[in-house]
Amino acid sequence: MPQLFNTLPRVADQALRRTPLYEQHVELGAKVVPFAGWEMPVTYEGIREEHAAVRTHAGMFDVSHMGEVEVEGPGALAFLQRVLSNDVAAIGLGGAQYSCLCNEQGGVLDDLFAYRLGGDRYLIVTNSANHEADLAWLGRWSRGFDVAVRDVAERYAMLAVQGPHARAIVSRTLGLDLPARMRVATARIGNRPALVCGTGYTGEDGVELLIDPEVAPPIWAELLDAGVVPCGLGARDTLRLEVCFHLHGNDLSPQRNPIEAGLGWCCKEQTGFVGAEAVAAARRDGTAEKLAPFEIEGAGIPRQGNPVLAGGEPAGAVTSGTFSPSLEVGIGMAYVRADLAEPGTAVEIDVRGKHRPARIASKPLYPKEK
Amino acid sequence: MADAHYPDELLYHDQHDWARLEGDDHAVFGITWYAQDSLGEVVFYDPPEVGATISKDASYAEVESVKAVSDVIAPMSGEIVEVNDSLEDTPEKINEDPYGDGWLVKVKLTAPEERGALLGPDEYRKLLENS
Repeated sequence: MPQLFNTLPRVADQALRRTPLYEQHVELGAKVVPFAGWEMPVTYEGIREEHAAVRTHAGMFDVSHMGEVEVEGPGALAFLQRVLSNDVAAIGLGGAQYSCLCNEQGGVLDDLFAYRLGGDRYLIVTNSANHEADLAWLGRWSRGFDVAVRDVAERYAMLAVQGPHARAIVSRTLGLDLPARMRVATARIGNRPALVCGTGYTGEDGVELLIDPEVAPPIWAELLDAGVVPCGLGARDTLRLEVCFHLHGNDLSPQRNPIEAGLGWCCKEQTGFVGAEAVAAARRDGTAEKLAPFEIEGAGIPRQGNPVLAGGEPAGAVTSGTFSPSLEVGIGMAYVRADLAEPGTAVEIDVRGKHRPARIASKPLYPKEK
Repeated sequence: MADAHYPDELLYHDQHDWARLEGDDHAVFGITWYAQDSLGEVVFYDPPEVGATISKDASYAEVESVKAVSDVIAPMSGEIVEVNDSLEDTPEKINEDPYGDGWLVKVKLTAPEERGALLGPDEYRKLLENS
C-alpha cells in the first residue's frame, strides 16, 4: 500500500507490529512508517542512494513482514495445482515458481512465489497485507485434499540481499553455497536452519534469506560490516517499478484478472485452477483494459490514482507511479484502454490537474543491459 | 543535510513554511528544515507563475520527493515577483540549504500585516516538539 508513502511519514504507532530488526533500523536512523500493519523502514540515508546501491553494488531489505505458508502432505501438489495459477507440477525439487492466487472470477487475490522444499512439501511467500486472507482461502480450498496448510510466518525473518555484488558478498560473509536463480536451498545461517532463495524484487541478481528471527540481528550486522547497504521500502518500490514488477494492492487486485495485468504467462488454465475458466475467457476474448508501463516526457511525477487521458478523453488510471532514480524521470504503470497499451503510444497523465505528456513503454522500463 | 535549524530572523507558518521579510512589503518564502526532512530528497519543484496571486494559508506550489508530494502553503498573501528557477535543475538545494539557495519564491505582499499571525523561531520549535 505505497499510497501511505504519499503522505508525510508519521510518528510510528505502538499498535503496529515490529520485525526482529526494528532496533537495528532505529539505530541506523531509518524513517519508520506504518506499512500493512507493520512498522517498516522506508529509508535510511535516502531513497536515491539506496536505489543506486542495489543497481551498482549490494543492498539489503528487511522484508520480515512478508508471510510464509507451508503446504505439506501427499495431496500438496494436487492442492496447489488447484489454487495457484501456474503449473505447480513443473516445479522440481528445490525449484521456485511465481503464481497468482485467483478467486472464482479470475480476480487476483495475491501474487506469490512457491518453493518446493521436499517431495510433498512447499513454501509459499505471501504479501503481508494479504497473509491472513490467503491463509483463510487456502484453508477453505484444502478441504478434501490430503494436505496440511500451516502458517509459519513466525518461524522466519526475511532478508532480501540484492545487487550485482550481493551473491558474492553473501556467499563469502555467511560461508554459503548459493542456489541458482529461481532455485531454493536449505542452509544453516547463524547456526540455525534457514532457506536461501535465488529470487528477488529488484531486477538485480541476489538472494532472499529466510532465517531464524533470533539470529536476524547478528546476520544483519555481519552483512552491514561486509558493506551491504541497508535499504528501505522506498527503494524497494522504485527498484521494482523500474523493472515493472507488480505490487498487489496497486497493480493487482481481486477486481483485475492476470490477463489484463500482463500475467498471462504464469497462468496455465489446463491445470484447472480456481478461476481458470474466467482467465481462459479473458485470454480468448481480450480485456477492455491492459496494464501498461509508461514514462513521463518532461516534468511531473505520476502517482497512484492519477487519470490517464488520450486525445483529451479519460482512458485509464495510474496504479503505481514514482520518480525513477535510474532514469531521472517520472514513471509508472496504468490500466489503459487495450488499444492504447502499445509501446510508443502518446498519452497524458493528469497529475493533480496538470496534463503531463507521457508515452507507453515496453517492459522493463529500466534495462539491465545499457 | 545539516541538523535541524530554524534561523532567528525568519517568521514561520505552522504548515512548515518560512518567510523572510524584505523592506515593508516584500518577502521571500521557502519550506522549513522540518518540512524538507519529512519529505526526504526533493526531486521536483513545481513553481507558480510570476505574476500569480497567492493567498495566506493556501497552496501555491508543490514539492515532491521520490515517495511524497507536498503542497507548499503561503505564509502570507501577495503576488509572485520571482521564482527560484535554479531549482528546476537542482531541486536538492531545498534539502541542502532550505533557508538559502533552496528559497522558493519572492512575493510582493498585499497584506503585510499578516506577519502578526506568523510564529517566531521559538514558537515554531515548540510547535514541532508538541506535534
